Amino acid sequence: MSLSAAEVVKVSHLARLSIDEASIPKYAGELSKILDTFAQMNAVNTEGVPPTTHPLDLPQRLREDSVSETNQREAMQAIAPSVTAGLYLVPQVIE
Amino acid sequence: MHNLTLAEIAAGLHAKKFSSEEITKVFLARIKQFDPALNSFITVTEEEALACARQADAQYAKGAAGPVTGVPMAHKDIFCTQGVKTSCGSRMLDNFIAPYDATVVTRFKNAGMVMLGKTNMDEFAMGSSNETSFYGAVKNPWDLARVPGGSSGGSVAAVAARLAPVATGTDTGGSIRQPAALCNLTGLKPTYGRVSRYGMIAFASSLDQGGPIALTAEDAALMLNVMAGFDEKDSTSVDKPVPDYTAALNGSLAGLKIGLPKEYFVKELDPRVAAAIEAAVKEYEKLGASIHSISLPNVHLSIPVYYVVAPAECSSNLARYDGVRFGYRCENPRDLEDLYKRSRGEGFGAEVKRRIMIGTYVLSAGYYDAYYLKAQQIRTLIKMDFAEAFKQVDVILGPTTLGTAFKLGEKTTDPVSMYLNDIFTIAANLAGLPAMSLPVGFIDGLPIGMQLMAYYFAEARLLNAAHQYQKITDWHKRIPQNYA
Repeated sequence: MSLSAAEVVKVSHLARLSIDEASIPKYAGELSKILDTFAQMNAVNTEGVPPTTHPLDLPQRLREDSVSETNQREAMQAIAPSVTAGLYLVPQVIE
Repeated sequence: MHNLTLAEIAAGLHAKKFSSEEITKVFLARIKQFDPALNSFITVTEEEALACARQADAQYAKGAAGPVTGVPMAHKDIFCTQGVKTSCGSRMLDNFIAPYDATVVTRFKNAGMVMLGKTNMDEFAMGSSNETSFYGAVKNPWDLARVPGGSSGGSVAAVAARLAPVATGTDTGGSIRQPAALCNLTGLKPTYGRVSRYGMIAFASSLDQGGPIALTAEDAALMLNVMAGFDEKDSTSVDKPVPDYTAALNGSLAGLKIGLPKEYFVKELDPRVAAAIEAAVKEYEKLGASIHSISLPNVHLSIPVYYVVAPAECSSNLARYDGVRFGYRCENPRDLEDLYKRSRGEGFGAEVKRRIMIGTYVLSAGYYDAYYLKAQQIRTLIKMDFAEAFKQVDVILGPTTLGTAFKLGEKTTDPVSMYLNDIFTIAANLAGLPAMSLPVGFIDGLPIGMQLMAYYFAEARLLNAAHQYQKITDWHKRIPQNYA
């Protein structure tokens, strides 16, 4: 299963990861080798086998819809790269 | 004093043979002396440790000390520690001061244990050699030219070199057990849901479990007593009572049924490891256990299944690192997309990026059914194999690794060859079963471990089997040459 340079670029875009152009062939090679190991799975008949999403097959635990947490914005924003008036600042998004 | 176990230190403190401050200073001095060569710590919290030790001594003076009050320990740098740098071995979190404590950290604080610092690890827990850390590789105290294993390499190297009596680790595909085996320690991965994941930086949410790394099964039991238990804040935490894991240690093994999976004795297994396992089997027979051959027909698929599922889950969990709210942010972002891409591209190392990309690929349109769904179905088959096996036996025994610690740099150019290191350990994470590694011998001066697995929530049985073996063997007492 060989991954092309174009597929590496596409996947890195989906994952929002910058990859420098010179490393694309290296990533393509490494990822292709990893994908090759997945071919072994095709030898197994999984017709009608339910997928495992939780190792103990337990459902999502729910709780009462009541307030239990306090506002800790200041503590959480103390480590933010850039904030003002309680808002996180990023480069302009809207023209 | 540095060669004392957690149990021996606790006994010494209770008998007033030494104070917590004294023993904490012993370990802090050893860290200063030995860690520059090992690189097992990312952060040493000397001031906080001494303050905590003095508080522990005050508890002893009042007669209010608990079972493990005042005993020093280290935390893998994957557990959030309030006010203390928590890096997860990554540039992405190099500037991250955790605003809260992980539940595991809180429990050890409440038990009065003294945190010496945060240990080095493979970046975001992705690795089997502790070579992917932003802070540099950790060295194996048994041979500084070799890896300690990973991803909990720092915790394991620190305990093996007697820089800390015990440490916490995490295990997603073998990251407690494999390094424990390569460094002559006892490490346990609990049943999924046994130990809270709140504040434990997530890699693969259906596989991750925190657990103890120690010199003995008895110490692992003492640690698990503190770590285990239901936590409201972890939605996957299981509400089951926690037994006293030390209570079952001394039970007789007469009548214990041990299974040896025939699929584990592969051609790639070093025959000297196989011989050590066979010798251990004889010891267990002396203890009254009976040995049975069992089959886990789908276990060879653990590697492809894991390398589909874990990267898929990691691609989701690591999406939060976007340079906006915390962690690394690139310089002069041109626009929002550039902010995301360069913060992540620069903040993450190569192995993390590889896994995020594999995960993104297998979850993407057109590939989800062929890879992710298929892997989850095979995961069900692997779970069913174990359920069948545990109808016939109580404990499954086998090697933890294919061989001894490999040399630094030996496997870094081929990710697939690195992944094969996890061949014996991964299945326990896929099935959610408890598993541990303990010392079983040496090959050319390097340690090897055996793995024990049990059914869900049967940690007490594992610890019992390990403890009884440690009473009639002394592999676990050996110390690496320069650290005695």
